[in-house]
Amino acid sequence: MSAISTAVSLCTFRLGELQIGIDVMLVQEVIRRQEATRVPLASEVIHGLINLRGEIVTTIDLRRRFGLTPHTEHDETMNVVIRTPDGPVALVVDEIGDVIDSDETLFELPPPTLTGAHREFITGVFKLDGALLLLIDLERVLDPATFKQDEITEQLGTT
Amino acid sequence: MEDNELDEVVSEFIAESHENLDQLDQALVALEQNVDEDAIARIFRTIHTIKGTSGFLGFGTLESVTHVGESLLSKLRDGDLTVTTEITTELLAMVDAVREILASVESDRTEGTKTYERLIERLGRLNDGEPVDGDTPVAQETARPVLQAVASVDGPTTKAVRKPARTTAKATTGPAKRTTKANGTKKGSAATGAIHVVEPPAQDPNIEVIHLDSDTTTFPGESGLFGDQLLRDGRISQDELAQALEQQASGDPRHIGELLVETQALPSSAVVEVLKTQTEERPGGNETIRVDVHLLDDLMNLVGELVLARNQILQFTHDHGDALFTATSQRLNLITTELQEGVMKTRMQPIENVWNKFPRVVRDLTLGCGKQARLEMEGKQTEVDKTLLEAIKDPLTHLIRNAVDHGLEKPATRVANGKSAEGTVRLSAYHEGGQVIIEIADDGAGIDANVIRRKAVEKGLLSHEEAAARSDREIINVIFQPGFSTAEKVSNISGRGVGMDVVKTNIEAIGGSVDVNTVLGRGTTFKVKIPLTLAIIPALLVTAGGARYGIPQVSLLELVRIDCALGEAGIERVQGVPVHRLRGRLLPLVFLNEVFQTPSEPRDAINIVVVQADDCTFGLVVDEISDTAEIVVKPLGRFFKNASGFAGATIMGDGRVALILDLLGVANLARVSIAAPGRSRSDANAAGELEGAARRESILLVGIAGRRFALPLALVARLEEFSMSNVRWAGDQQVVHYRDHILPLVSVASRLGLSSSASDEASLQVLVCGNDERAIGLIVDDIFDIFDDTLEFTERTNTYGVMGTAVLQGEITDVLDLAVLVGSDVELSVVVAA
Repeated sequence: MSAISTAVSLCTFRLGELQIGIDVMLVQEVIRRQEATRVPLASEVIHGLINLRGEIVTTIDLRRRFGLTPHTEHDETMNVVIRTPDGPVALVVDEIGDVIDSDETLFELPPPTLTGAHREFITGVFKLDGALLLLIDLERVLDPATFKQDEITEQLGTT
Repeated sequence: MEDNELDEVVSEFIAESHENLDQLDQALVALEQNVDEDAIARIFRTIHTIKGTSGFLGFGTLESVTHVGESLLSKLRDGDLTVTTEITTELLAMVDAVREILASVESDRTEGTKTYERLIERLGRLNDGEPVDGDTPVAQETARPVLQAVASVDGPTTKAVRKPARTTAKATTGPAKRTTKANGTKKGSAATGAIHVVEPPAQDPNIEVIHLDSDTTTFPGESGLFGDQLLRDGRISQDELAQALEQQASGDPRHIGELLVETQALPSSAVVEVLKTQTEERPGGNETIRVDVHLLDDLMNLVGELVLARNQILQFTHDHGDALFTATSQRLNLITTELQEGVMKTRMQPIENVWNKFPRVVRDLTLGCGKQARLEMEGKQTEVDKTLLEAIKDPLTHLIRNAVDHGLEKPATRVANGKSAEGTVRLSAYHEGGQVIIEIADDGAGIDANVIRRKAVEKGLLSHEEAAARSDREIINVIFQPGFSTAEKVSNISGRGVGMDVVKTNIEAIGGSVDVNTVLGRGTTFKVKIPLTLAIIPALLVTAGGARYGIPQVSLLELVRIDCALGEAGIERVQGVPVHRLRGRLLPLVFLNEVFQTPSEPRDAINIVVVQADDCTFGLVVDEISDTAEIVVKPLGRFFKNASGFAGATIMGDGRVALILDLLGVANLARVSIAAPGRSRSDANAAGELEGAARRESILLVGIAGRRFALPLALVARLEEFSMSNVRWAGDQQVVHYRDHILPLVSVASRLGLSSSASDEASLQVLVCGNDERAIGLIVDDIFDIFDDTLEFTERTNTYGVMGTAVLQGEITDVLDLAVLVGSDVELSVVVAA
């Protein structure tokens, strides 16, 4: 029984050189790149708005969120649609990977020496065969209060 | 399972009672003014139904409260008592008590802890107050309504009792269940009525239900319904029915039908016959059904989706013109539109539903503050979306309260002012241009702009100067500012402000607006505009910086296109701020690309969308104006809580997302960027110079370096023309000998950094400012005109020597700042003060 209870299924994707995993139950679906409508004056972390079968879904530019070099216009990106209490949100990632079954025994907290802009989003590491999979804290990643604001939006926020 | 069913019955009872109570308030107030037998019958009927059902459901307190009320009403109905203010007040208090109990039942299925003994006692006292036929024992009195119901055949009484049963039965589904309820209604009322007044026996509703279920099919036996039917058919006499009812009231558990058969007043076959016709009659009467609002909301959402899908298909048809497909999609288009209208209609309710409670509000207020008021209502049937109706309920109540409390004067004052002692508050509603307009007008004292000015300054909302600078119309809008109101409750001259900011906010939250118009001594009118519905709105689609935006049509005033072939003529700049002259008025322009920091490319025409946001009218410059469309407003979600400028988003025909502009937000954004260059003067300083600007005054129009400038004539002592030969130089100053003094001359042109075009003329046009000893002469090139106008600044500037810009005689004119030009040693002849 205990073996079953510690099993986790993770949806994996690649972002630059990072391999990232999210609990598969949180993932609603994965869709191909869509032309998104930019929202003027919004934080650059917000990639835009897309139409997902009649529902308007905000897409988050995960590269910018993680402080990595942003995508170019021609990059073939993917949208990972996440379920949140406030409705679906899409994460723009480089490439989608497999859904892997892992075990919580392979989970470890991030090494204390881990640095970088995305340090705060990583809750732990899964030691897979030949790779390390980072588990991210979606709540923190999707917290608009910590989004990088463009100068203008900061001004607006205060007025 | 049974619990569920009972729960359902209780919910239905509550919903139905609420509906009836709303009408009751109005009926009671109407009754006070005009005794109307039908109205009494209606009120009686409502209370009777509530009493009956509450007895059945075991709500003892509710039953005892309604019971005394019912007794009192029956006396009113019979003419044993006449309607007095006192009685009305107590009856209204009873309605309130019923509401309170129902609210408690709704929240936790209990009646709450209050027993309403005092109310019951008061009602009882009124009941006994003028006993017409001697002292009436309580027991007899309580049984009376039922007896009365039978005693008269054609009067409203019969209806009174018959109707409730039908109302109760209306909403249920199966015939068995229906009769159960009808039975229960009667049983509860008859039983408790007969035994005791204040403390009805605790009834176990479950037992009652089971018992009734067993024999429902044979004798529904509701006295009014069944007995009345028999009477109408002439099968029995009144006396026979009365006897049977009395027997029932004295505790016989059997039904009317049974009793009548027993006394051989009626053959049993007749009972069956009548029952049959009753069952047949009922379904026909059910032309309305009660539907959960959430279901309607869901339907509305689905229709919204359908509208989007329709738009997409239409777009597709447009691009790929297959004849059959085009025909089909056109049909789809029509059906969708009709469906949309249909679903919207299901959510529409007459505004009457909210207005019903206002007669009561006005009545209570007038009694409370010693005024006399008449409430007139027009356009009660005007329909509004249910959600919106809910939203305007409180703001409207507030406006009505204010109209009576602050708007209307005391009767004595009114008479002294030559008005009738009774004031009028007039409510009217009508549709206009896709909006619903509701007007609340009183014929009271009106709002005194000067009192508002004073109050606004006292409360620190405006500086003295700002207050003076605003026109009367503008200043009255201060009542909508937060913080203006609270202390006004005591005063009725200037008041009008109790929570007006909340009224405004609430109405604006649903996309509406509120306007005030007042004439001193004549009254005040509030005009509330609300949209018909929220979910689907007509919008204008525009493009800017490669993105499409929707502009809600309600904010749209007009579209202006300026052809750039004519040069930059259409756009002028006042201190860097772009403006357009639209029929002689300055229209500030906002470039959407600048506000949103999106790239713009040069175009051969400038498209201006003239919009109104709040009180501010401005021109929104966009790249392209595409089309109008019905769009479904969808919220932007949590990532955009702080984003101003957008009201939501929608999905376009091609499936892409477009943002819907929030014009007020855009205006605010634009102001941020306009204000950015920084003003050299402090606001207070600028305001000081604008003192009294809004008043009508004589304005002098002069020409300097080929441009028009204006200045208030009051600041100028004299206009003189000096021959060049009389002008001398004193040091580096040009002077002239004038009225025994030396008058220094200053060229306005050089002060403003302009080159004068008149330097070589033979004479100088001079404006003499100040007193003789300390006067100064201002040299201008031309003196054009003097006319009366109000100096209203459309734009304040930071140019040296210029106070601001105004539109005068249809032209943009800079107004000179004389105080700066003449320097500090010259006292201007007229000091402009508030």
